[in-house]
Amino acid sequence: MSDHELRVSKIRNGTVVDHIAAGQALNVLAILGIDTDSGETVSVGMRVPSDRLGTKDIVKVEGRELSQDEVDVLSLIAPAATINIVRDFDVVEKHRVERPDVVTGVLSCPNRHCITTGDEPVDSRFDVLDDGIRCQYCETIVREHIADHIDVG
Amino acid sequence: MRHDHVISAKQLSRAGIEEVLDRAAEIAADPSAWGHRHEGALLGLCFFEPSTRTKMSFTAAAKRLGGDVVDMGPVGSSSVKKGESLADTVRVVEGYADALVLRHPSEGSAKMASEFVDVPLINAGDGAGQHPTQTLLDLYTIRESAGLDDITVGIMGDLKYGRTVHSLAHALTNFDVRQHFVSPESLELPRSVRYDLHEEGASIKEHRTLDPVLSELDVLYVTRIQRERFPDESEYRAIAGEYQIDAATLEDGRDDLTVMHPLPRVDEIAHDVDDTDHAAYFQQAHNGVPVRMALLDLLLEGER
Repeated sequence: MSDHELRVSKIRNGTVVDHIAAGQALNVLAILGIDTDSGETVSVGMRVPSDRLGTKDIVKVEGRELSQDEVDVLSLIAPAATINIVRDFDVVEKHRVERPDVVTGVLSCPNRHCITTGDEPVDSRFDVLDDGIRCQYCETIVREHIADHIDVG
Repeated sequence: MRHDHVISAKQLSRAGIEEVLDRAAEIAADPSAWGHRHEGALLGLCFFEPSTRTKMSFTAAAKRLGGDVVDMGPVGSSSVKKGESLADTVRVVEGYADALVLRHPSEGSAKMASEFVDVPLINAGDGAGQHPTQTLLDLYTIRESAGLDDITVGIMGDLKYGRTVHSLAHALTNFDVRQHFVSPESLELPRSVRYDLHEEGASIKEHRTLDPVLSELDVLYVTRIQRERFPDESEYRAIAGEYQIDAATLEDGRDDLTVMHPLPRVDEIAHDVDDTDHAAYFQQAHNGVPVRMALLDLLLEGER
């Protein structure tokens, strides 16, 4: 861990999302709804050396413990991620992400003719397949570049 | 029929399909006996896209069961033009009717709308998605002409955007049917339909031309290739021309080959086919009334 500590300081309370595939850290922030206006103290390490992954990204969010739902959605773009909940500098919980059966909100359907992309009072909803996701409304299957469809609006 | 809503052919089981087709056959055998079956029932028609035969046959079906329709009318003269959401429109119209029929240009619109209403909602076409009641009348027509088991069906034309194709291909997986798909590369079956057929373990083969499979077919289902799917007129003409049939084409098919088309056709089936024994597309269109009567009967029966 010494290598990480040199690059990204420890947090007192919050969540560390570790072992994110290199290059996906900003997508992780987008899924968590963290942007320039959201106020949290956030540390991001990109392409740091990793025994397990070669290089990896790491995100530390001060003062916020991620819910299981938030964590599960991360599995779509960061299947190897580990989640560390930190309280008073100690890791009190550590778990892997699990692929959810369904993802609601978070992603927008790439089919511009899908009813969920119009001005209707409905959230997007995707079934999670073994090798992609599928819109529950228009049934479009997305296998590549899932992170491109993160709904940052 | 155990479904509150009829959204996709994917929800249709073999037993559910046969229940509708059997009821349709009963109705077709003696239509006048059903004339008071649902007296006073009102069917709400919400057509956000132009439709001739689907709308007329639902209207005929409702009236022949003793009911009537309330029609939203063309979109241009409705509250939709003022910016009302689909979710609001169907919630209002469900208060006027015992069941709703929805056609809408967006894929997934029927599923979404069904989440906002308690009365049965029937998908009469959602963009390039599904058209399950067309499929029921297609299945009825196939059953009448060739039976629904141990048959070979060829589906030709626009397989990518053709909602009748998507629904039919899925519904046929309930039966012992070998399916051949014939289309230009740019109009192949979409990934989602391919995925479902694979999941169902269906026997399907894809071809660029009709020739290699024509002689095997019991049923040839032709769909229209639309001009707007191509960047320019000449490419459209060149490609669409390869997927047109005439009476001479069918001489290489079996004598009892049934030719179907969801209509309207333009020039993908030449008029000289109309006079052959192969042509079933007008009968297919007529079957829309007893089949939709059967579907409405089962849905409204469940509502009682």
